[in-house]
Amino acid sequence: MAIEFSRRDLIKAVGGLSAASLLGLSGEGIANAASSQQTVRFANWSLYLDYDNKTKRYPTLVDFTKKTGIPVKYMEVVDDNDTFTAKVTPQLRLKKDIGYDIVVLTEWMASRWITGGYVTKFDDAKVPNRKNVLPFLLNRPLDPGRHYSLPWAGVIAGFAWNNKHNPKGIHTMEQLFAPANKGKVEVLSEMRDTIGLILMWQGVDITKPFSQDKFMNAIDYMQKMIHDGFIRQVKGQSYQEDLISGDATAVIGWSGDINQLNAQNSNQFGFAIPDSGGTFSTDNMMIPAHSPNKINAEAVINYYYDPVVAARVANYINYVCPVAGAQQAMAKINPAQVKNKLIFPDAAMWKKLHVFRELSQSEQISFATAFQKASGNA
Amino acid sequence: MSTALLQATTHEKKPSITKKKLLPYWLLAPGIIWLVIFFLVPIYQLISTSTQTQGYGIGTYVQTYRFSNFIDAITSSKAQLIRSFEYAFLATAFALIISYPLAYAVAFKSGRWKNTLLVLIVAPFFCSFLLRTVAWEQILGEQGLVIKFLRFAHIMGAQGHLTATPFAVVAGLTYNFLPFMTLPLYASLERIDIRMMEASGDLYANALTTFRKVTIPLSMPGVVAGTLLTFIPAAGDYINAELLGNPGTKMIGNVIEARYLEIVDYPGAAALSLILMVTILILVMAYVKRAGTEELV
Repeated sequence: MAIEFSRRDLIKAVGGLSAASLLGLSGEGIANAASSQQTVRFANWSLYLDYDNKTKRYPTLVDFTKKTGIPVKYMEVVDDNDTFTAKVTPQLRLKKDIGYDIVVLTEWMASRWITGGYVTKFDDAKVPNRKNVLPFLLNRPLDPGRHYSLPWAGVIAGFAWNNKHNPKGIHTMEQLFAPANKGKVEVLSEMRDTIGLILMWQGVDITKPFSQDKFMNAIDYMQKMIHDGFIRQVKGQSYQEDLISGDATAVIGWSGDINQLNAQNSNQFGFAIPDSGGTFSTDNMMIPAHSPNKINAEAVINYYYDPVVAARVANYINYVCPVAGAQQAMAKINPAQVKNKLIFPDAAMWKKLHVFRELSQSEQISFATAFQKASGNA
Repeated sequence: MSTALLQATTHEKKPSITKKKLLPYWLLAPGIIWLVIFFLVPIYQLISTSTQTQGYGIGTYVQTYRFSNFIDAITSSKAQLIRSFEYAFLATAFALIISYPLAYAVAFKSGRWKNTLLVLIVAPFFCSFLLRTVAWEQILGEQGLVIKFLRFAHIMGAQGHLTATPFAVVAGLTYNFLPFMTLPLYASLERIDIRMMEASGDLYANALTTFRKVTIPLSMPGVVAGTLLTFIPAAGDYINAELLGNPGTKMIGNVIEARYLEIVDYPGAAALSLILMVTILILVMAYVKRAGTEELV
C-alpha cells in the first residue's frame, strides 16, 4: 500500500513521535498526530464503557459513529487521577494539545484542572442533552453551573468481600479488620475513599470542615492496621485481581467493580455501603484546553446524555447513572437492573452517601503526603 | 616561480590543517550532542529542581536554593533508602550464588547444548519485565502451586502468604536481574584457557584448589561486571516492591514515584533521585577500586 506523506505531515508525525515517546504514550496516539484532527480521542478509565467481547468493540460508540459520521478513538489510559494528570501537565502548561479531546477525571482532580485553566468551556447549545443530567449533579462545588465538566458516572466506595470468607458480609470497620481477614485486606490508594470511610466510622462529618488532627487520627488508624499486618496492600483498581485469586478476602472498593466481578465469577463477592456511611464522588468528562476537536467532542458528550444510551452504558458499567430518564429506559434494556440501587440510588441510599469536602491547596499537599507516608511511600 | 608555487601550496594547505584538527570533533559531534541533550540537560534540570520550593498552584515551583530539601528527603525516607540497598545487596548475592554454577555449567559442561542454554537464559527478555513480575504475583499467590505445596507439606499455615512479603520482593529482584549476572559471568568463564586448569592439576592441585586458585580469580571480571549490572538497577527498582511487596517493603523507587506522581512534590523527588545516584556512585566506585576494572568485559 502506497502512502503519500506531505513534508508537513512527516514533520508532524515525527514531532508527535518524539512527544509521544517522551510521555510514554501508546502507539495509537502517534497515528493521530499524522492523521486529520477529525477523530475524537477519548481518554477514560478501564471497564467504563459498554464493550462487546465478541466484536471487540464499544457498541454505543459504534452507533454514535454510524449516526454522526464522527470517528472516535477510545483509550483506556486513565488508571489513576494523579498519575494521568502528572503525565499530561507539561503539555497543558505549554498550552499544547495533549492528545485527548475528552478526559474523564474524578471530581477533586477535575476541580484542579478547572482552576488551573486546563479545560475548555462547553458551548451549551452544542450539548442540549445536558438538560437530562440529574439536577443535584448539575450544581457541584467543582464547577457551579457545569460550564466545564459533566458527570460521566457516580462512584460509591464501600466494603467488598469474598462470600466464602465473610459469610455474614461486611458492614462495619471492625468486620473489615476481623481476624479472619488478617493479612488479606486491601484498601484503595484513592485517599478520599479510604480515609473518608475511616473518618466517617470515627464519627467525623466529611462534608464539613474538620481539623488536621481528625484527619491524622484516621491516618493513624490506617497505619496501625498496616503495622499490625491486617492491610496487605494499598492499591488502585487492581484489587479486583486479588479478590478473584483469593489473595485478598476483604477490601475497600468501588461499587461497580464488584457488580462486574460477580457477573464474571458466579456471585462470589458482596458489596455494601458501611453502616457509618460511604463516599460518593463523580467522574467527569472535560475537554482539555487547546483540543483541536472541540465541536466533535461536544457531540460525543451530548450523545451520552441521551437516556437510552446512558442506560446501555450503566447496564454494563454498573456505576451510578447521572442521567434522568435512564431508569425508565433501563426497563427495555435490562429489567433486572431497574431496581439496582447501586445504579439508581433511592432516597434511603443517598442518605448513606457523603461527598468528601473540598481541600485547600496546603491541605491537599499535607494530607496527600501523610497518606503516602502511611502507605509506605514517603 | 617555484617559491611562489610553494607559497601558494602552503597557503592552500593552512585551512586544510585546521580542518583536519577539527575533524575528530566533527566525528564526535553526534555523540557529544546526544550526551548534552540526553544527559547533561536532564541532570542540570534534576539538580536545579532539587533545590526549588512549592510555588503558587500545585505542581509549580520556584528556585529558592533550598538545600535542606536533601536533609528533609533523607530524614523522611531513610527507611526506604536503607531497605533499597539491603534488598539490592541480597538480590545480587542470590543472583551470584545461582548464576555462578549456571554460567560454569554452560561454559564448560554443556557440550552441544551450549547455544540452547544461552538462548534459554536470554529468553525471558522476549517478554516484558512488567508482565513477568505480574506472573510471579500469580505463581506465589493463593492459586499458585508454591503455596499449595507449602500448605500440603504443613510448612505454612492457612493464614500464611508469600506475596506481599519481603521474601517475594527479593525473589522478584533476583529473578528479574539474573540474566545480567549470568551473561557477563559466562563471557569471562568461557574465555578461560582450559589448559590453565590442566596445568594446575599437573602441579598437584586438586579440583577444589584449582577452582579456588585458578577459575575464580580468572572469572573476577565477570563477577565484578555481573554484580554491578545487577546491583545498580535493583537498588533503583520499584516494580517488584510495588507488585510483590506490602507497605512495609517499599523501596526508594516507590518513594520517588509517589513524590513525583501522587504528592506532586518535584523537588523532593529530584532530591531523592540525586541522593540515590550519588550513593550508588560512591558504592560502585569503592567497589570497583577494590575489585579492579582492568579486564572488565
